Amino acid sequence: MAEPLLKVEHLKKSYGEKRVLEDISFEVEEGSVVVLLGPSGSGKSTLIRCLNGLEAFQGGTIMFNGETVRPSPKNWRRLRQQIGMVFQSYDLFPNMTVLENILLGAVKVQKRKRDEAARQAMSLLKEVGMEQYANAYPRQLSGGQKQRVAIVRALELNPKLMLFDEVTASLDPEMVRGVLEIILRLAREKMTMIVVTHEMNFARQIGDKILFLEDGKILEETPGRQFFTKPQTERAKSFLESMDF
Amino acid sequence: MGHSGISIFFEGANFLRLLGGLYVSAKIAFLSIFFGGILGIVLGVLRTLHNPLLRLLLRLYLEFFRIVPTIVLLFLFYYILPQSFNINYKADTVGTIVFSLWMAAEMSDIVRGALISVPMHQVESGKAIGLSTVQLYRYVLVPQSVHLMIPATINLMTRIIKTTSLLLLISVVDVINVGQQIIEANSHRYQDGAFWVYGFIFILYFILCYPLSRLARRLERRGKAGANG
Repeated sequence: MAEPLLKVEHLKKSYGEKRVLEDISFEVEEGSVVVLLGPSGSGKSTLIRCLNGLEAFQGGTIMFNGETVRPSPKNWRRLRQQIGMVFQSYDLFPNMTVLENILLGAVKVQKRKRDEAARQAMSLLKEVGMEQYANAYPRQLSGGQKQRVAIVRALELNPKLMLFDEVTASLDPEMVRGVLEIILRLAREKMTMIVVTHEMNFARQIGDKILFLEDGKILEETPGRQFFTKPQTERAKSFLESMDF
Repeated sequence: MGHSGISIFFEGANFLRLLGGLYVSAKIAFLSIFFGGILGIVLGVLRTLHNPLLRLLLRLYLEFFRIVPTIVLLFLFYYILPQSFNINYKADTVGTIVFSLWMAAEMSDIVRGALISVPMHQVESGKAIGLSTVQLYRYVLVPQSVHLMIPATINLMTRIIKTTSLLLLISVVDVINVGQQIIEANSHRYQDGAFWVYGFIFILYFILCYPLSRLARRLERRGKAGANG
């Protein structure tokens, strides 16, 4: 059997005395989508941020692409080119055009040729219906449009793994759909992804595996469809009921 | 026209001497702004890094130069350095050093304040695409914070220029010093010499500082437009 793309073992994180993540272990197979669910403050975002080094962790190991991650700043810089991340707050760089936003990582970090990188950027923009905005500035875009560009900015580096941290949480409802459809299409194209979301229908559609977290622990790890019909734990059941979707 | 006070400028080389004094003042001011500015930018960036010891040291440096009055600093460097450390510099050089260090201290605070006002999300977005620390400053933090630095920096520059008027107290032959010499030398013939000479010096300082204020306004407007896209 092939090695999973990402393997997290006994990951621990605490802020001083307060434990935020306790003994987190899970695997992400290449080409699969793992969805993190759980109430606010359960540690979903912290966990996903540990996976590209934005948060330090105090114990456990992360194996990515067959390599145990040494958590040094330099190593994380290298790995971040392979682990794309999109945030809730779609922070495009306001001082650059859409295209410059997308090219920054490719040209300055990956040292690729500008022409080639721009061709890829334009074709990615086209896929998300944003090619006519290549030379616009972020302030001229709506939230949903910005978030689509932010996804393209991450994809431009050709990552092996994408992390989505509540990417639709601060969007107007009518913008949410367009963004989710892009992520669904990535799933069909077999992009490996870890998704934190509160959109239950979306989670059901996209999740090959659901991790249900509470208080920094994984309470339940269940195949996607089964989680929504037959959750294993009472806690997950009441969580699903409270979400009312 | 009779005996007007304005003729004080045409006695001997008075006018040229005043301009010479102005040159000394302006030279010290601009050298200090230049070197202090560069040093201040570097220190300001260092102060945003997460090194507690470095931060503390630079903070102490800033507070020292901010709290101690400029005149005391000038005396300290002018009288105590030669006495206790046997270092002898010309008064002009001492003035330039003190003003540069002062400029650097205050500049570091301006730079630091502007840099840390860039939202954390911007930093994380930059990190997430693999930018190194240097790249993060160059492409994300600095472009988004320069317009915040400009008004305070120009204000600081005009303060430096104006404060060069204290240099006469360590015997720099600056424009004020020259002015006083002229007033005293001509006091028997021009009772209102002080009015004319200081009035002229006022105009000279105005000429030095006003373009900076204008420039500040222009740059700020442009910087703001740039940072917001």
